[in-house]
Parts: sequence; structure tokens; C-alpha cells
Amino acid sequence: MKKFWAATVDAFATFLHVPGTVTRKGAHVRDAVDLKRIMIIVVIALVPAALFGMWNVGYQHQIAVGGGFAANIWANWWWGFLKVLPLYVVSYAVGLFIEFFSSGLRGEEVNEGYLVSGFLIPLIVPATTPLWMLALAVAFAVIFGKEVFGGTGMNIWNPALLARAFLFFSYPSALSGSEVWIARKAGETFADGFTGATPLALEGAAQYSNTVWSQFLGTIPGSVGETSVIAILLGAFILLWTGIASWKVMCGSVIGALAVGALGDLAGVSTIPCWNQLIVGGFAFGTVFMATDPVTSAQTETGKWIYGILIGALCITVRLFNPGYAEGMMLAILMGNTAAPLIDHCVVTSHIGRRARKLNAKA
Amino acid sequence: MLGKFEITPNNMSNKIVLTKGLDIPVIGEAELRVAKTVSPDTVTIRPSDFKGFVPRLLVREGDSVKCGSPVLADKRRPEVLVSSPVSGTVKEIVRGEKRKLLAVVIASDGRQDALDFGIKDPSSLEAGKIKEAILESGLWPFIIQRPYGIIANPEDRPKAIFISAFDTAPLAASPEFTLGDRIADLQKGIDALARLTDGGVHIGLNAASYAGTPFHKLENAVMHVFQGKHPAGNVGVQISHVCPVTKGTTVWTVSLMGLAAIGARFATGRYDVRRKVAVAGPAAIEPAYADTYPGAPMSSLAGFFGNTEGLRVVSGNILTGETVGRDGSLGFYDNCVTVLKEGTQPELLGWANPIRYKLFSTDHSYFSWLTPWRKYDMDTNLHGGPRAFVMSDAYYSKVLPMDIYPLYLFKACLAGDIDAMEKFGIYEVVPEDVALCEYIDPSKNDIQEIIANGIRLLLKEME
Repeated sequence: MKKFWAATVDAFATFLHVPGTVTRKGAHVRDAVDLKRIMIIVVIALVPAALFGMWNVGYQHQIAVGGGFAANIWANWWWGFLKVLPLYVVSYAVGLFIEFFSSGLRGEEVNEGYLVSGFLIPLIVPATTPLWMLALAVAFAVIFGKEVFGGTGMNIWNPALLARAFLFFSYPSALSGSEVWIARKAGETFADGFTGATPLALEGAAQYSNTVWSQFLGTIPGSVGETSVIAILLGAFILLWTGIASWKVMCGSVIGALAVGALGDLAGVSTIPCWNQLIVGGFAFGTVFMATDPVTSAQTETGKWIYGILIGALCITVRLFNPGYAEGMMLAILMGNTAAPLIDHCVVTSHIGRRARKLNAKA
Repeated sequence: MLGKFEITPNNMSNKIVLTKGLDIPVIGEAELRVAKTVSPDTVTIRPSDFKGFVPRLLVREGDSVKCGSPVLADKRRPEVLVSSPVSGTVKEIVRGEKRKLLAVVIASDGRQDALDFGIKDPSSLEAGKIKEAILESGLWPFIIQRPYGIIANPEDRPKAIFISAFDTAPLAASPEFTLGDRIADLQKGIDALARLTDGGVHIGLNAASYAGTPFHKLENAVMHVFQGKHPAGNVGVQISHVCPVTKGTTVWTVSLMGLAAIGARFATGRYDVRRKVAVAGPAAIEPAYADTYPGAPMSSLAGFFGNTEGLRVVSGNILTGETVGRDGSLGFYDNCVTVLKEGTQPELLGWANPIRYKLFSTDHSYFSWLTPWRKYDMDTNLHGGPRAFVMSDAYYSKVLPMDIYPLYLFKACLAGDIDAMEKFGIYEVVPEDVALCEYIDPSKNDIQEIIANGIRLLLKEME
């Protein structure tokens, strides 16, 4: 029992202090970086998207109930903050409880991976998601997406996306349609003629101020963190500067999306130009923050290109050719995660073959 | 590939540029002067220094020995001997649990009476006689084989023999300073080793010091010039770019220091392993060189670090050395002693501190990579806790200039999957080659140990 609690005690102690642990084997000095640092950088990279998302929740609410545009920016943000905060509380409380519990069972130190997953989950669901659903989804994702495999580093799928997939398939009415993207208080009704659908669900139909600029800026309905491409690009800059996310995955994803989008344009199945696909829906958010998860993405450098292209291409394919789902990014990344080990296997096998031939030539 | 090299002196055509690697910017480099000549009262021979060697004791407490008298023999190959570096008497035989032999302590009489093995001219001897001459003098343990990094089997005929003439490890001893005056011995050593292989003796030189190094004058060897950061000076990295080790082939390696000792054995007929040792490190007082023997107690070097409280004394460099402490002794293969502070101080919210000006990190989540000219006072703090591998393969391969996928190799070793280990290149590496992967690992795994365990498993399977 004492050992069980050790993980929890250690987690809080090492949160406050970098411990005075010294090297016992091998290299006597070690780099100052640890996983806490890497994970906190990802969280920092997510902060612009989160802050903007909170504001947008309030802003969309103002529009929806006919409050007009004059509302104070801080008032909007505060309204959205109060709406999103419970999502964060539930996400972290449920996820960290399971994480601490299973670390205790395994007798390992608590891995900081959930700091990022817990921050991501509220950003990829509609602000209206009922908290009990979110709690169930988080529990499912953390237990069956991560802990059963042995914790962070061992998982096959991105836990945050698994949580979203769980919600999407278990409670489709809470994650699709045109009502869920706008948070309302009980009793509030939409203004006349208003529809809160995301640009994707409307297939590019005329929407209030739904211009390319607003899509880029993010003043459109959508999941909390996904709407603002500017905020996401800020995060992308941090992740690329620090080298934590792979630029190959990001570039691959954009290339794949543009390629399929262009095919769609040529074939006439698409109603918006291919570049427009990049700034609507969850594409940008998924490409920057979720496809690049080092654990679930391809491990090899060549593999990262293939994996990125696959995700971008799959996302737009789902958008264009599947009438059931307006958005394809979630499924594309989960498919990409599933294919990543296979991609790596092919890359590594061909490397081994080449290497063997080279060695034989030298021998 | 080997066949096409002309074995000519000063073959400058083989310059190999390595872009991967890392020079750890730590303070405390030894000044190029011999600050102290130590004639130790005792020397300690530790069987654990010798890899792939099962010790059989050849002496008893009270026996008198000379320089070069055999002290240990390999149980499986009794011709492989370990000799006493000093003359004197066997003072103590230290045993541990189950009577495991831990150390043989020899009290020096200070006279350095040496056994005479006879002066020999290697260029007129055949391979068998050369092996015999090296074996009987107890210098054979200097010859290490790849794969596995263990003492070579004298019955083998290796594909080639490799010697790295520079050391890129942090705070390593300068070979020019320690051995630049022993060119004649080195040349004798090369002449001897050249008879033991058909692939020739290969010497790795540093492009940065190529013009100034005396070693490019050495003859009867193929010179390769390497440019790059650590581990460019590791002989394993050099081999992988010239003559990669595959299953079923063997190459031998000798340190430059070992080469000089082998050469001296032919030139003088004596066993002489005296060496200049760099005493370096952030906590060393006036870091400089000491002239001493392997097995010399660290207390004889106390002038370089004073009181050892809160300090770690390492025989070897900070990446691969062994913690020996003040009561320990200099390892057989080491010509460097590193002294650094134990990093037992917890650091309040350290991981969240945006700058951490006093710490070095290669990771761009800190900013020290923007000030590459700075050097740091490093201590032994782990800076984190052990985790599963999270970062992908490229994070590790940026400090491993070899054509392998390091993370796949580590995981194959962890899984004990011999088939996968072979495919991912276990024959090419020894723990020191992946020491930098261990240094930069944000998951704080003991990667050198992972590789060592993998190699141990391979050796066990072969038996």
C-alpha cells in the first residue's frame, strides 16, 4: 500500500522540485531536459488556441442569442472561460486520477503525458459537451487507450483523440449537427434565422461573416480550440522552434491534404478550393498538435513524411467523399496512428536490407 | 572495401565528415602539464575492468611480484594474463560474496624491478610469435575485439585492427600531450599488430588537429581522417564508417595508450603501463595531468580534489567512467580521472523555469543551444526521473553518427530479441558509443546498461 501511494507522493514532490536524484549508472552528467519540460512546452504551445477558444465560445454565444458584436472582449472571454473551465476540471480530475492510480499499481513514477492529453481534450470537443459524457470519454481513453498498454510511451493511439472518438460514436447527437457548437444557457434560444453549424457542415454555404478571413482568424463555430488558425500557427511556431513536433509530419499532412483537395477540385466533388480545406475544421489543430504526438506518430524520419501525407490525404478524402461525416481529421489521425507501426516496419525493413547489402559489399 | 586502400603513409584521401554528435560543454579541462608524478604505495588490480575475462588468481597474499609478473589469468584462455604494473608484494586479495574476486592489492616497493621479456623486432617475427610476446607480458587485455567489446581471442585473425588517435570525450586526456613523445613505441606497436591481420592497421586521426599531430607520421598503417563532434573519436564509430562489423566477422581495437605499451614491450622487453593521466572535471582543483600507474589509489591524487565530501570521483570520463570514490583506484584502461559535484540539491520548480541559465541542454526547449560558446559547471543530478521512451528515434540518432536506428536497437535489447538486435546493428556498438544518447535522453533511461545487457545476452547465447 505504501508503495502504491509512493507514485502519487513522488508526482507531487517532483512537480514542485526537480529532485536531488543523482545518476547511478552510465553517464555521470545528464542533459537538463526531461519529459516534464517537453510536455509543459506543448501545453504552452496550446495556450493561444485555448485562450482564443474561450473568447470564441463567448463570442459565438453573443451572436447566437442576438447580442450583437458590441459585447466587450473580456466579457466574451470570461463567459467562454466559465463554460470551458468545467471541461478542464473534469478532464484533468478524471484523467489524472486514473493516471495516478495506475502508476501506483505499476509501481512507476507518474508520467507527465497526461498534462498534454488533459489540456487537449477540452479543446477538441464542443463547449456544450455534457460533463458526464466527457468524464466517461476521458476514462475510456486513458484506461483503454493508454494504461492497458503500459502508460505513456506505450500507447498506439493518441489518447485525446480516442476520447473524442468515444464521444463521437457513443453520443453522436452531442458532437454533430448544427446546435452543439454554440454554448447557450438554459432557456436561451437562437436568434431568428441563425444556424450554428460549422463551415464544414454547411459545405461552404453562405454563412454570416463566414469569410476566409474569419476562418483564418477563428471567429466561426467549432470545437473550442480548433477554430483559430492564427492561434494554432503560434503554437506550431513554438513546437517547431523547440523541435518537439516534427516539421515533416506537419508538412506531409499539408501536402497530402492539398493533393487530395486539388483532385477533388478537378473532379468537381469539392465546393471549396483545396487550400481552403486547410483552415476550416480540425485540420490545422490536428496537424499541429495531434498528428505530431511523438509516441503515436511514425518513429522513423522517412516514415514521418508518409504518415503525415497519409493523414492529410485521409482527412480530405473523408471530408469530400463521406456524406456521413462532415469532418475527417479525427478519423484520419487515428487511422494514421494505426498505420504508423506498419509504415515504420516498412521503412526499417528496407533500411535493414540496404544496410545488409552495404555491409556485404564492404565485407 | 578494405582491399582498395593503399597502405601508404599519410594517406589523406580518406576524410570522413560526421555531422551528428555533441561536445558536452563542461568546464574543468586539464591543463597540458604534468602537475604531479605519483609513485603509489599500492596499486589495485580489479578483474571487473576486463570485459569477457573470467579471472583465475595466480598469486597469494605475501608473494613478491615484479613489473610484468602475471597476477590473473583467464579461466577459459589461460594464456591471457593480467600483470602487475609495479614491483613489490601482494598485500591483499579482496573477495566479495560467494568468494568472488574483487581486487588484488599490491604494495609497491618503489624499485620498479621488471621481468625481462626480451627485446624483439616485430618486423622479423611471425604472427604466432608476436601474439606470444604480447600474451606473456600481460599486455593482451589491451586488445579488444568487436563485436561485444571484450578482450580479443588470441586464436582469431581479425579482418582489421583499428586505433583511434584522438579522443573526443568530454575532458579526455590529450593523446598528443600524453603520447606525442612516444612515436617510436607507437610505431613498434603498429609493426607488431600489422602482422596479426590481413586487413591492415587503421588509424583514425582528427581533422581538427591533423596538421599539428605527430601521429600522422606513423607508418605501416592506413590513416583515416575524421571530422566531427564526439563520438567521432570513438573507435567504434570510426570502424562503422570504414569497415562495419557484421555477424561472423571480427575486428580488433587497441587504445593508443595500449599501442604504446605493446610497442615498448618490443622495444625494451619490459611491461610498462605508466601513463599520463588527465585529472579533470568541474570540481577538480587546478586540473592538470598526473604521471602514474593504473591501479593507483585515488587518494594519491587527492591534491587535485581535496576533501571528497559531496564530490564524485570517476575513473574515466564523465560519460563512460566508473565511480570509484576516494578509496578507489585508476582503472586499467583509463587515462582520465574526472571529479564533479554530486547534484543532490533539489531545484524548486526547475523544469518549469524558462531559462535555467546555469544548466546546459541540447534540447531547444531551453536556450543554451543559442550560446554555444558557454561552458558549464555540471553536476551529477539526473534532472528528472525515469520514464518510458517517448521521443522518437531521430531524437537519439542526432548524437549517433552510425547507420543504425538507435531507438529500435535499444528496444530490441530491452525485449531481449536477439534476431532484432542483430538486424538493428548490435555488432557495431558497445556501450560507450551510445553514451551520448543516454546523456540527452529526456526519459532518463540507462541506455549504456541496456546495450551492455543486450551484449551480455548475445554472449550467453553463444556459449
